[in-house]
Amino acid sequence: MSVAEQTRHPPKAVVGSQVSQDEEMFGRAFDGRVIRRFLGFCKPYKVGLAISILSVLVYTATQVAIPLVILYAIDNALVEGVRDRTLLELVVLLFAGVVILNYGANFLQENLVGRAAERVLIDLRRAMFTHLQSVSLSFMDRTEVGRLMSRLQSDVNALQEFLETSIFAVGDLVLLAGIVVVLLALDWNLGLLTLSIVPILFVMRIIWLPRAREAFMKAREANSIANGALAEAIHGVRTVQGMVREKVNFALYNDRARQNLLAHLRAAKFAQANVPIVDTLTGGAMAIVIVVGGNQVLGGTLDLGVMVAFIFYVQRFFDPIRSLTLQYSFMQRAMVSGQRILEVLDVPIAVQDKPDAIDMRECEGSIEFENVTFGYVKNQPVLRNVSFKVKPGETVALVGPTGSGKTSATALVHRFYDIWDGAVRVGGHDVRDVTQESLGRHVAMVLQEPFLFTGSVFDNIRFRCTDASRQAVIDAAKAVGAHDFIERLPQGYDTVLEQRGANLSLGQRQLLSFARAIVADTKILILDEATASIDSYTEMQIQQALAKLLEGRTGLVIAHRLATIRGCDRIIVLQDGEIREEGNHDQLIAAKGMYAGLYTLNYASFDDVPEELADELADAGSTT
Amino acid sequence: MPPDIASEEGLSNTPRAQQFAEGNKLEVGILWRITRMGLAHRWRMATAVGATVAAAIFQLFIPRYVGEAVDHAQGLLGSGAGTVSPAMAEQALWGAGMMVLFFSILRGLFTLLQNYHGEGVGHCIGYELRLSFYEQVQRLSFSFHDKVHTGDLITRGMLDLEGVRMFISTGIIRIVLLTVLIGGSAWLLTSTNMVLGMLALSFVPFVGWRSAVARLKLRWMWLLMQERLSVITRRMEENLTGIRVVRAFGAQKFELDQFEIASDEALEVAIQRVTVRVSNTTMMTFAFFASMVLVLWVGGLQVVDGEITVGVLAEVLTFMMILQMPVRQIGMLVNSFARASTCGARLFEVIDREPRIKDRAAAPALKLEKGVLRFEDVRFSFGRDSGDARVLDGVSFSVGPGETLGIVGPPGSGKSTIAHLVPRFYDVTGGRVTIDGQDIREVSLDSLRAAVSVVQQDAFLFTASIENNIAYGDPWSDGERIARANRSAQLHDYVAKLPGGYETLVGERGVSLSGGQRQRLSIARGILSDPSIVVFDDSTAAVDAATERRIRLALRAGQDKRATVIISHRLGSLMHADEILFVEAGRVVERGSHAALMALGGKYHDLYRLQSRPGDDHGVEVAPLGETS
Repeated sequence: MSVAEQTRHPPKAVVGSQVSQDEEMFGRAFDGRVIRRFLGFCKPYKVGLAISILSVLVYTATQVAIPLVILYAIDNALVEGVRDRTLLELVVLLFAGVVILNYGANFLQENLVGRAAERVLIDLRRAMFTHLQSVSLSFMDRTEVGRLMSRLQSDVNALQEFLETSIFAVGDLVLLAGIVVVLLALDWNLGLLTLSIVPILFVMRIIWLPRAREAFMKAREANSIANGALAEAIHGVRTVQGMVREKVNFALYNDRARQNLLAHLRAAKFAQANVPIVDTLTGGAMAIVIVVGGNQVLGGTLDLGVMVAFIFYVQRFFDPIRSLTLQYSFMQRAMVSGQRILEVLDVPIAVQDKPDAIDMRECEGSIEFENVTFGYVKNQPVLRNVSFKVKPGETVALVGPTGSGKTSATALVHRFYDIWDGAVRVGGHDVRDVTQESLGRHVAMVLQEPFLFTGSVFDNIRFRCTDASRQAVIDAAKAVGAHDFIERLPQGYDTVLEQRGANLSLGQRQLLSFARAIVADTKILILDEATASIDSYTEMQIQQALAKLLEGRTGLVIAHRLATIRGCDRIIVLQDGEIREEGNHDQLIAAKGMYAGLYTLNYASFDDVPEELADELADAGSTT
Repeated sequence: MPPDIASEEGLSNTPRAQQFAEGNKLEVGILWRITRMGLAHRWRMATAVGATVAAAIFQLFIPRYVGEAVDHAQGLLGSGAGTVSPAMAEQALWGAGMMVLFFSILRGLFTLLQNYHGEGVGHCIGYELRLSFYEQVQRLSFSFHDKVHTGDLITRGMLDLEGVRMFISTGIIRIVLLTVLIGGSAWLLTSTNMVLGMLALSFVPFVGWRSAVARLKLRWMWLLMQERLSVITRRMEENLTGIRVVRAFGAQKFELDQFEIASDEALEVAIQRVTVRVSNTTMMTFAFFASMVLVLWVGGLQVVDGEITVGVLAEVLTFMMILQMPVRQIGMLVNSFARASTCGARLFEVIDREPRIKDRAAAPALKLEKGVLRFEDVRFSFGRDSGDARVLDGVSFSVGPGETLGIVGPPGSGKSTIAHLVPRFYDVTGGRVTIDGQDIREVSLDSLRAAVSVVQQDAFLFTASIENNIAYGDPWSDGERIARANRSAQLHDYVAKLPGGYETLVGERGVSLSGGQRQRLSIARGILSDPSIVVFDDSTAAVDAATERRIRLALRAGQDKRATVIISHRLGSLMHADEILFVEAGRVVERGSHAALMALGGKYHDLYRLQSRPGDDHGVEVAPLGETS
């Protein structure tokens, strides 16, 4: 290998994924199930669609009629011997009428279908989005947002192409049938002879299609791979520059782009191979009309007008075939997209309100777990037979090493998932007996990674409680100590947070999410304390805010910091989905169990404890 | 080009009205630029254009022979057997038929060449644009990427690029075809019969006027639509990313209402757009058929009056039939122009940008002797205006081989900025940064960045094997070296246990690593090529304390030739440094060794107390794993 070659292709370098990101791109062109489901989405617009199908028929009829009108004019008013001015003028009037009808029908069909298509697309998007609001969180955990977005966008857009053109497909089919009928009606023999070239076209296409399809698929794949590499370059640009990988990456990307170019050129070759075939056949059909038809005219067995009409029709005959080919590929793509959209719509809703679910108006704020067993994967329980109770106003810390089931336990209070066995009660009600909406009114959650939306600070704090006054928001911000830094932002509370608050520090975002919980003012607060990455200053602020936040509420806290844990009324130590120890700090220290062991190790945070040490302690704890 | 485009401050986010007005001005320039790119592919382009002209001409000849055939058939009928013998007429029909067939075949072949090479030029341009875009993305400095949404860049590099590429086949080639077809038939029609020809073409000016009007309207709506769609996209994306928050607050209904509002707004524009588009295209078709009515009327009267033959009328009408397709295509042409100019503007805006950070002309490579990094009174602010807040204000330090510098301070104090200035991700706004006495702005970027390694807070994983990810900065390194770096980063044992070992795919489509594992991988990546200067920018925040300590011990082995800067808010990570800077609001407020700073009793001392366990004063001294907890 030459030196130059080596610099271009280092052994341990690639850009982007080696395989296409798209699943099967060319599915079946027809899938009854998909079609049926989509007809359901078209139902609300059936009147408009019915009118537009009617318009298509009228439109196509006028298209077919135009050459007939001309034929009639030639044969009855223009050929030597029968020249008739009045008749001509009548026919011209008729022609004008047909053209106006054509215009009206054309406008109606395209406009109605275009409108309905836009509406159906929005409906589809809405249906998916609405559905995603209630599918199980375990599905959302497993699925990348990017992939969902591509279904919400690319797939819906692929359908747009199809829906907007689908009406033309109907028109084309009708036109094709109309032309065949008219040709045969005008002159049976000449019609048959002319149409005899159609089977040749089909044979040619059958030979061509599989090879073309392969070329198209390769082109799409190459495109997707090159795009994937570009996306990676954009996302990872900071590392690329820091590691001086620009030249290597460029050379590798060049290969990708070049393969994409070659694949597309090959696909273009196949796509265009069709053109001369169709043109030759059109020419052949016209030649047949001229020679055979012309001779019949000479022999007096055919009217001249019929021959002219034949020529018109033959020229138009291949237009619908051509656009139907195009339609076919739109349809294939639409079917694939349709299947993907249905996949999203068919994700089961794991957690659903019972039909007789009650609306929990009042809640005194107790939480109770009774023999709860739960897991995400069959036969792999994350929580085993867990029972505990949190009294109203009490604050309980959940403590334990990573993977002990703390987060799962808190998620169950909000009924993010349904349990396998046992019962979770909030305010004395089994969470499965109340509406999720009313449960949400009494339980607020502060997540480890605070999530902010694009919008003003004000809107972010009041979030769902859109009726919260400005004063309430400011009070909440003051309570958690966020007021000062908010005031320092360029527009204070009205500052718009770009890119989900990327311009704020993690600690500041945390404080905002605390304020949000205060505005929501629920009886029960579930808090997942942030782990390591907060600096000590903010940490102090957060500790103070936390105390404020838990005032007068029932608190279930996944605690990492010893300071937080010691501030709680009670501590529950979880390991491997089971409760190990329970009690307050002093009791647990006195018990000399796992908690005491962890504590004496002197880590500021339990998450700092290396796994092997935690295991050791757990073993020690269980033997004492 | 407006001056603000040349600066590297994000991409234009100008109001729609302004975009619209500027777009109209820029349009010609952009389309011409795309055309020039196409013309650079001389042979392919010439073939495409030549074939287009040929195909159009052959298409124009077909009606002539059809008309002739009609006249032959009719001539015999009209004037009786006397003037033309049946045999001759039949021969003439055969001739006309064969000519039609022959021309059709030629037309097909030339159309093939036209489409294939037209698209081919488009693909070649697409390839060139892809490369320039990719290169540009890699060249543009951090200040650009900080401001521009990744999604926006991806859209520009993919969808907008498509829009530009397609312009060759859907714009340029089509305009050649339409010009020849319409121009040629205008000439043929008027030469066949002046009056009928003019009537047949009477729809052309109307269509031209309509498309000019529609183009402006559609462009405006396109911009409006993009704006509204991006709101929907943002709403959906944020909702899905923050789905736990949404559920935690029971805010589904609220979110759906918000989505509904955004949808309705988009739908309104979408429907307006349909109406404009449809009324435009249907009007064009109508105008075309209306002129056909005129031709039949006036032509028919002329035939009745014996001024022209039926054949002439048939020929004119056949010509018009051929024109039906081009008329439809004028609409598409309008679309293609609008799309190419808008997409082009967005694409070229990125490609034309000058990166803020680049090599001086003929910049020499960095000459590494010992590897001493010095900051001399460094000042920095992100904006260019003097009014912008200083992020760094007079920071000076020096760190040489075998030495470790610790930097600590509250968030937003400018710690990370210091890290970013070393490999010149940003340029200082005052003072200077030197390595072995050379101002880093005077040496080539490649040599600088090869000598310096910054291990960043957020480790980016590429879709590749773990091995390739570690070897990212030096893809030639052998497995032994990779494993060694990975051992130092305390990730080797984990990787060795994976079923695929070092070949395991990570990144978007691969195995997902935890935050701590990612950071460790990033450390391995950073030290692999033995850089003379390493900056750890809070790169162990997600690594547990014991592992961090092991990493530190492992790194110490190779440290005597390397200058190390550790930035952290965990004091345990940097208390062993030779010198520690306490940075606040861009200034060094305290500096010295751990012992000296503790003795000083200032901010460092307070922070240290804060990080020790509350109430356990002795905790620090006896921390068994050397931690400060």
